[in-house]
Amino acid sequence: MAKRRIRILLAKPGLDGHDRGARVLARSFRDAGFEVIYTGCHQTPEQIVATALQEDVDMVGLSCLSGAHNYLYPAVAKGLQENGAGDIVVVGGGIIPEKDIPPLKAAGLKEIFTPGATLDSINEWIAANVTPKE
Amino acid sequence: MKELGKRVLAGDIRAASRLIRNLEDQITDTYIAIQEIFKETGKSHVIGITGAPGAGKSTLTDELIAAYRKQDKTVGVLAVDPTSPFTGGALLGDRIRMLRHAEDPGVFVRSLATRGAMGGISKAVGEGIHVMDVLGKDKIIVETVGVGQQEVEIINHAHTVIVVLVPGMGDEIQALKAGLMEIADIFVINKADREGAGKLYKETMNMVQMSRDKYGVSKGWVTPVLLVESVLEPHKFAESVEVLRDKIDEHYQFLIDNNLISERMRRKTAAEITEAIWGSVLAPVLEQLETSGEMKRMIDRCLLKETDPYSLAEEIAQRFMKQRPGTS
Amino acid sequence: MFTQELLDKSSLMRKKWEDEVKKVIAKNPDQKPEWSTVSSLPINRIYGPEDIKDMDFEKDIAYPGQFPYLRGNQATGYRGKYWTFRMFAGMGTAVETNKRWHYLLTTGQTGLSTAFDFPTLMGYDTDSPKAKGECGKCGVAIDTIDDFRDLIKGIPLDKITTSMTINPPATALWAMYCASAQEQGIPLTKIGGTIQNDMLKEFIAQKTLMCPPDPSVKLISDTIEFGTKYVPKWNTVSISGYHIREAGATAVQELAFTLRDGMEYVEDVIKRKGLHVDEFAPRLSFFFNSHIDFFEEIAKLRAARRIWAKAMRERYNSQDPRSWWMRFHTQTAGCSLTAQQPYNNVVRTATEALAAVLGGTQSLHTNSLDEVLCLPSDHAVQIALRTQQLIAEETGVANTIDPLAGSYFVEALTNEVEAQAWEYIHKIDEMGGMVAAIEKGFPQMELSDAAYKFQKQIDAGEKIMIGVNKYNVEDEVVDIPIVEIDDSVEVEQLKRLAETKRKRDSRKVAECLKDLAGACKKGENVMPYCIEAVKNYATVQEICDVYREVYGEYRDPGIY
Repeated sequence: MAKRRIRILLAKPGLDGHDRGARVLARSFRDAGFEVIYTGCHQTPEQIVATALQEDVDMVGLSCLSGAHNYLYPAVAKGLQENGAGDIVVVGGGIIPEKDIPPLKAAGLKEIFTPGATLDSINEWIAANVTPKE
Repeated sequence: MKELGKRVLAGDIRAASRLIRNLEDQITDTYIAIQEIFKETGKSHVIGITGAPGAGKSTLTDELIAAYRKQDKTVGVLAVDPTSPFTGGALLGDRIRMLRHAEDPGVFVRSLATRGAMGGISKAVGEGIHVMDVLGKDKIIVETVGVGQQEVEIINHAHTVIVVLVPGMGDEIQALKAGLMEIADIFVINKADREGAGKLYKETMNMVQMSRDKYGVSKGWVTPVLLVESVLEPHKFAESVEVLRDKIDEHYQFLIDNNLISERMRRKTAAEITEAIWGSVLAPVLEQLETSGEMKRMIDRCLLKETDPYSLAEEIAQRFMKQRPGTS
Repeated sequence: MFTQELLDKSSLMRKKWEDEVKKVIAKNPDQKPEWSTVSSLPINRIYGPEDIKDMDFEKDIAYPGQFPYLRGNQATGYRGKYWTFRMFAGMGTAVETNKRWHYLLTTGQTGLSTAFDFPTLMGYDTDSPKAKGECGKCGVAIDTIDDFRDLIKGIPLDKITTSMTINPPATALWAMYCASAQEQGIPLTKIGGTIQNDMLKEFIAQKTLMCPPDPSVKLISDTIEFGTKYVPKWNTVSISGYHIREAGATAVQELAFTLRDGMEYVEDVIKRKGLHVDEFAPRLSFFFNSHIDFFEEIAKLRAARRIWAKAMRERYNSQDPRSWWMRFHTQTAGCSLTAQQPYNNVVRTATEALAAVLGGTQSLHTNSLDEVLCLPSDHAVQIALRTQQLIAEETGVANTIDPLAGSYFVEALTNEVEAQAWEYIHKIDEMGGMVAAIEKGFPQMELSDAAYKFQKQIDAGEKIMIGVNKYNVEDEVVDIPIVEIDDSVEVEQLKRLAETKRKRDSRKVAECLKDLAGACKKGENVMPYCIEAVKNYATVQEICDVYREVYGEYRDPGIY
């Protein structure tokens, strides 16, 4: 049997257009051997959930720099759970204040990457923590 | 995920996407799910969209989805992007143009990477079409990679093939000469406001005419050349894509009226059988040679000139053909 | 620049020096093999007369106030007036931002600058489903002229200039400013300020998107035309490199894409509006980033003035020296700041501010040390503002004009940056202009390439960010007070908007919007219709929805 290839949805919920991080990550994921779908800016949580289901991804990476992460990130995690896709790993990144991290994790985000995380460290985390469910 | 086939038949989107993925990942036993759905296939109209990178295929697909949704037709899209030959990773960037349809239950977009396949599509496209088909999609659009000019594989899977050309790319006519001419059922000159669109239109018309002179009209269908406005003029763009939509449907009706559908179906089925045999017979053999280390030894022997690739192939054929494929 | 005799002598001396260098590095090798700017522009060990020997003093350097304005537009430099200390501020509701503005004016700030929240920036009202969770978070929420009146309460519009960082809905917000001024009895000819109103850089970098490029440029040309005729002291466009740089561009890319954007606007106004270049060009303003590489930034800003002056005179046959002047605002680089050891950001910002001043900026925003973590606190803003005041009044760098002119290195680097920028500009010309280049994804891809390359350099330790990849502190506890916007702001703003919608004459609003749509379809200038609409309480989104309907909506094509 051939090996499963990890599929990742990289999404930018919310209205901000600060996509430098997302664009850099998309390339980094490709170079790490993952299949990446990037949504571009300005997606609603509902669009992200629908896309994750249609694309059968193993992980959804969220990037939002407008300060609305406390609403948007949990909305994506909840949407996936409600659609029977709670097994999809959801992670988030950006300028996330320390105190927001525990509630985000309680809402279903598996990891929060804050400024300073290297590309390699993120890729290694994915390789170690994201396995496609059979 | 269990009972994939049944779940797909029940309309489960994620199961459908997973089934396509099992085909991509070459998971054993995937054929069981295909067995379950195969009887229900053959109802959808399959549209192939091909053309060079930057020709605007995804944007055109996006607008075509909108045009079909206006008529309440459901649409499935298989969008193929290239796999990086160096890392095995892929940026699947087509669907970004189609995200406005993300929440529309009448639209299902699935991105695929080529995973090294030649010919501009993924090996999973054939079965991916079946999956979309049993989900009840009226129209299935397959968007090819668009990297090379040899993207003729699509002809084996689509009823209607659209070749998208765009002025100012320089090598359009070369592409036509290289084989795209023969596979087009409809030509689209995209970004028709650009400089050179008129010239490209004339040249394409000439090519169509020449090919008619050479081969005669293909059972009565005259390949049309349509101009599509730039997406930067959204209203005009939408209108010209609606004209394209109607032309696509006209072509499908033409195939039906002239009993040409079965011909295309035979071609598609032959391609699928070939693909299936490749997956069931050849792939396991290659994998076994790889994992057992025999491939490496064979390479060494060839380099030492102890033998040659053709003799080795003969040897392998002798050995494996006696056994049931995939076991050993 | 130099006599042959001097060059010959220098050449001999240089040879001697090079021999000495070879000897030394044979024993003590350099710390690293290659030395380059943060943008990876290679830098030599030393520069001498031979590096600038082809320069012509009269043609290439001259004096301030003289073509090609390398050394500044104003003959008196900062002696007549320092640059404008303009700190960007905005948060929560209009009432709160107004309070912050009054506070800033008491601390010695000399100009106002508005940050809007994301729904306002994108042309959505607070009650749009798309706005959920975003209200007031990154700036002030403005839905109607009611909010705008609160925003400018007690601000003398004829004395204080206000800059508004607003792009797709710029016509609507500027209309509110104009209408409010009229209500206060101040004629439009007396008000001054800036709207950013630069859509090309949005397609390239910041992705605040509404309509396709061509109608977006049309709306900008409308404002330029309206400003030229009725609001002559207003800067109707602030052609911005800041965001291009933040999105990953190199210094050269920032310079080239920004100036080429400027040329695109100039060409459009000439073509579409039939104005002579000198009727409007004097009011064009620019906005650059000042990044951490000190000399590269100084070179970039000096080169910017020279390129623009040449382009205006040679490409567009401008006769009026005021059109040749490049006037610009500068902001220190947000992307150079680190969340780690955030107090270091004060030093970064000070260095960048100094570069901006030595580059001759007319206006400056200095980032607060906490901006990488949250909205700036009052205390952090004060330090940032004091940084500017300190540079102006303590360091003595403003004593003389363009003190680095004539430096072999600075002049050579300025020439290099300019030459590379022209290369990009000509390349974009060949593509058919900036709109065409954007359509091809050219500048977008250049930025993505540069951003990815830089991140890889950081990860590999080839470029250094203190606290990120060198001198890190394990288990660092960041003790910065975090400013947060309460979700009650959204509730409050929704109430305000509902109240305005309730009390307005909705038939009149519909009429105004219909007239605006008609103007769009006929290609008329939209500004008078916008002013009429906002006076009748049309919302920002209602106006933008007209544009989306008539011109079509543009979504991020996600080029990366």
